[in-house]
Amino acid sequence: MYGWLWRVMPGPAWLRVVLLVLLAAAVVAVCFTWLFPAIEPLMPFNDITVDE
Amino acid sequence: MTTAGMSGAGVAVPGPAVTRRALRRQRRTAGRRSAGATVVGVLGELLITLGVLLGLFVFWQLFWTDVVAERAQEQVVQDLGWARTGDAAPDTVVAAPDAEQRDPAPVMDAPPHGTTFATLAVPRWGPDYVQPISEGVTRADVLDVLGIGHYPGTQMPGEIGNFAIAAHRNTYGKPFHRVEELRLGDALVVQTEDAWYVYRVSATQIVLPQDVDVIAPVPGDPTAEPTTAMITMTTCHPLFSSRERFIVHGELDYWMPTDAGIPVELTGGEGS
Repeated sequence: MYGWLWRVMPGPAWLRVVLLVLLAAAVVAVCFTWLFPAIEPLMPFNDITVDE
Repeated sequence: MTTAGMSGAGVAVPGPAVTRRALRRQRRTAGRRSAGATVVGVLGELLITLGVLLGLFVFWQLFWTDVVAERAQEQVVQDLGWARTGDAAPDTVVAAPDAEQRDPAPVMDAPPHGTTFATLAVPRWGPDYVQPISEGVTRADVLDVLGIGHYPGTQMPGEIGNFAIAAHRNTYGKPFHRVEELRLGDALVVQTEDAWYVYRVSATQIVLPQDVDVIAPVPGDPTAEPTTAMITMTTCHPLFSSRERFIVHGELDYWMPTDAGIPVELTGGEGS
């Protein structure tokens, strides 16, 4: 998977490294902005309110 | 003899170009050789990725939500306009002792859900601790973003009965993180637009989440008629868990109008 990702990247090695770092940063940003806030209420340890 | 030996060595050890080509060929044939190895390899990479994502989630939950919420809650206090902020100027006028009033305090009406109507300062938690208090205890629109929430239906600051508030112990700015450091007699200073209300810690206890009587007008006795103005703080316990609740009760010591100055409790004279 990551070997394939490395092979489809264009340019010399340093450019591929830069592109992969940018890609990783984008993945982290997507997780922090949308993914984690969306799945967080489903976590068992966040069930803090008491229903009467 | 020597020359022949050297040329012989040159043949036996291939040059760098040959080595690289050979390695590449070897790798390619290895990949072709076993589809099962490829599947296991991809599966392994997926599992490693999942592990990294889980680690990221923990980092986001335990640290990043604090970073975001602390910034937002500080801004909320500043946007109120009338509230003393954590970095208040040191030349603020300290109220004279005779400004402290122990007669029935003025009580504001309960605001709509999600409205920030007061702040809480706790000298024990440092001179720059000032957190907004907003109406409601739902997570998505109050506790996670605005910090401290006021249980709807419980009394307002200064009112006879129980001014009950809740906040996170961890994550999302963790306003009540240091709740266990509070000692009997510690000041809990609530500011509304018109008045200061200085409560003093009178009791702490640890209860189960379903013990909702702690926020009754008379804590622990939902049928009794209240005679004193109290404050009750509730938060999760133990740390990083929501198995129990840490409860802090306080009684109103005095109130005073905001234009009298700031309470002496906030001048660093105690709780340090």
